[in-house]
Amino acid sequence: MSIESIVAEQQPDSFVFSAESEAEIKRHLAKYPEERKQSAVMPLLDIAQRQHDNWIPMKAIEEIADRLDMPKMRVLEVASFYTMYNLKPVGKWFFQVCGTTPCMLRGSDDVIRCIKDKLDISSGETSACGQFSMLEVECLGACVNAPIIQLNDDFYEDLDYQSTAALIDQLQAGEQPPHGSVINRQGSEASTGTTTLKTVKKDSKSAGK
Amino acid sequence: MPKLTVNGTEVEVEDGATVLQACEEAGVEVPRFCYHDRLSIAGNCRMCLVDMERAPKPVASCAMPAGEGMVISTETDRVKQAREGVMEFLLVNHPLDCPICDQGGECDLQDQAMGYGHDCSRYSENKRAVSEKHMGPLIKTVMTRCIHCTRCVRFSTEVAGVPELGAIGRGENVEITTYLEQTLASELSANVIDLCPVGALTSRPYAFVARPWELTKVESVDVMDAMGANIRIDARGSQVMRVLPRLHEDVNEEWIGDKTRYAIDGLKRQRLDKPYIRNAEGRLMPASWDEAFAVLAPKMKKLKGAEMAAIAGDQLDAETMFALKTFFHKLDSPHIDCRQDGAKISAKPRSSYLFNSTIAGIDDADAILIIGSNPRIEAPVLNARIRRNYLHSRLPVAHLGASADLTYPVEYLGDDVGQLEKIASGKHKFAKILKKAKRPMIIMGMGALRRADGAAIHALGYQIAEQVGAVSKDWNGFNMLHLAASRVAGLDMGFVPQKGGKDVAGIRKAAAKGEIKLVWLHGADEMDMADFANSFVVYVGHHGDAGAQAADIILPAAAYTEKDGIYVNFEGRVQMGARAVFPPGEAREDWAIIRALSERAGCSIGFDTLDALRSALIEAVPHLAELDAPASEKWAKFGRAGKLLDQPLTSALSSYHMSCAISRSSETMAACHLAAQSDVLDAAE
Repeated sequence: MSIESIVAEQQPDSFVFSAESEAEIKRHLAKYPEERKQSAVMPLLDIAQRQHDNWIPMKAIEEIADRLDMPKMRVLEVASFYTMYNLKPVGKWFFQVCGTTPCMLRGSDDVIRCIKDKLDISSGETSACGQFSMLEVECLGACVNAPIIQLNDDFYEDLDYQSTAALIDQLQAGEQPPHGSVINRQGSEASTGTTTLKTVKKDSKSAGK
Repeated sequence: MPKLTVNGTEVEVEDGATVLQACEEAGVEVPRFCYHDRLSIAGNCRMCLVDMERAPKPVASCAMPAGEGMVISTETDRVKQAREGVMEFLLVNHPLDCPICDQGGECDLQDQAMGYGHDCSRYSENKRAVSEKHMGPLIKTVMTRCIHCTRCVRFSTEVAGVPELGAIGRGENVEITTYLEQTLASELSANVIDLCPVGALTSRPYAFVARPWELTKVESVDVMDAMGANIRIDARGSQVMRVLPRLHEDVNEEWIGDKTRYAIDGLKRQRLDKPYIRNAEGRLMPASWDEAFAVLAPKMKKLKGAEMAAIAGDQLDAETMFALKTFFHKLDSPHIDCRQDGAKISAKPRSSYLFNSTIAGIDDADAILIIGSNPRIEAPVLNARIRRNYLHSRLPVAHLGASADLTYPVEYLGDDVGQLEKIASGKHKFAKILKKAKRPMIIMGMGALRRADGAAIHALGYQIAEQVGAVSKDWNGFNMLHLAASRVAGLDMGFVPQKGGKDVAGIRKAAAKGEIKLVWLHGADEMDMADFANSFVVYVGHHGDAGAQAADIILPAAAYTEKDGIYVNFEGRVQMGARAVFPPGEAREDWAIIRALSERAGCSIGFDTLDALRSALIEAVPHLAELDAPASEKWAKFGRAGKLLDQPLTSALSSYHMSCAISRSSETMAACHLAAQSDVLDAAE
């Protein structure tokens, strides 16, 4: 993972924040005192990424470093530390597949295998059509509904091989299915339906004790 | 002042000290990789684990503040086991290539693996491999060996002030690199090689050259700038292999500049290793000492004293200058000068040409005015000290002179000398800041003093110091930043024009007119030699540089690594340099050349040994006997008021890497110069 391998080879010559981005930046900078404005580095990287086709060019990193009075290297460290910042172009549909223990136990390997079978991409790759990218990431924080894919900003939960394939088929057909649990689980209730308090009988003798 | 118990011994440490420091206080060694006295605490290597009473698990002693009543033990089984565990993890990805690693023999990981390593590995997976990073012509990287202690990152950010190094990625994929793999643009960059506890960052010029146990180590003093950094010269046989810093808290701490470390390959090139005499066709022909003296001695005998002049170079030891001064005194010549750059400084009072606040005093300063100097290239280690004070106290620093990035923010006052008068009158905005400060510092560089109006600027320096109250009972805020290692010793012994004598400018003028017929250049190369075209030029020195090219006779002498000598740094601190190797070929120590020639010229200077010379020198200049003490001199008026010239203030050095005969002959310095100039990637690799 040298610097060449984490940043895109083709870099734009310049990067300018759009008017909407500027407004957002102003909102975030206002949260921090002037001498602590470096705290805004993560939101600014996010703004740059959203404005720039879901990836951050080096020019944006330099621009952010300038604005926050911090060394370029420090911004690059942050951007390369977190997997949610892309330093290389990604497809229109960006799968971040969780591979951490709970998801792995619940079959995230099948999800990854499905993506490989359908799109012929492994972690960190973009499909030949340029529409799909995949990255295996660490815990997405929704272990209750494992395994999970984060598709752009949305979570798809309770996936298996078939449902992942169906998701990809729908995306290829040009429509995005509603996000959330693909087995229609409510929130994070048990997959067999609600169980809590169900066993408590109203007339139970022990209930009052 | 918390008291705590370490392995049964009670120690008291200063407030804010860490458990690790307390252990050291108690004489207990704690292994560590990331912790370093002079850098911020990272706490990421976990090697310094110790047991603390009532703590559920071992604690990282480097990051744990020492508290009252703590009971620390470092020799329990649990500590040993924990450290062994850490070591095993460190070695998971560390290659076992010690036999081909340049760090071998002086590697922290190697040493500590002896104490905490297993005899075999339980790790059967593939080790990770990391691509090499380009960090310029001085630093060779083998990043697979990196254990991510981040000492180099913290050094470049905190000490050097060039936050270009960083750790990208996370977890197993962390890599240390510079931004887009540019050369590390610092004059102190090579210190990361000493800091690196493993063989990830090693010295590129020294790659595969020698093993530490083959080298003879000599403690000496650096002459590349006037700071007098303490160095250790490592030599093998007749060659200097490397120069490393030596700890001196009040001078260089444990850093040295890249030039100090790497100009030494210049000691092997362009050397004068036998005498030369210019023949009738104008070509320099090799000769024997006898032949050279046979030409020179009668000539000096015949000439009148006033027809000869001597100019001392920038890297001479005190003994050489004293021998030369005695020789010219015997020859009855008043024309001697050690200020070849024409700096308008006089030899008295001593406080007028010293760095009176002392280098360690920078830590106490609360406002600094820099005049006509770029400390970043004129004394990089000193500049790092100013930066450290800035980081601690955000002290105001103003810079008057050629604009430059000093690695800390400065209030730039422009390059107009007129500003000095404004400050001296007390009306300038920064004069008020200096006046308010308790310990203000004024640092005057050679860029301000070597001008024709240098004496007037010097006088303004005095006025400013008086105006802002920079001199009090326990503080002297007037400082001169010299560039030449020999300058202070020269001024101390009065190597300046004697009664009726001419200074460098006068000597040059008189030589051009033919009034001075013989010019003795002793290691003096930083001048325009055209004025000496009509005179007989004797060059005594070690490199075939400008002086040797203009010479009619060349007497080969010793470089600073090849002779014992006394050097006085700009604080007035007297330090001893030592011989690491012998001069090449026929070259001899400077004082011995002068001694032999004086005999032949019929006016022997009389010292038969270096000790005898030293005794005479100390008799003449008693304070040279006080080793390693910065001077504290009486404050007195100096300078000569006069009209200022309408010229912008510049700094005296234009290039850090090529500033003397040795560094100009160094290939490494040339490569650094090129890299600094173009900032292009070095294609050598």
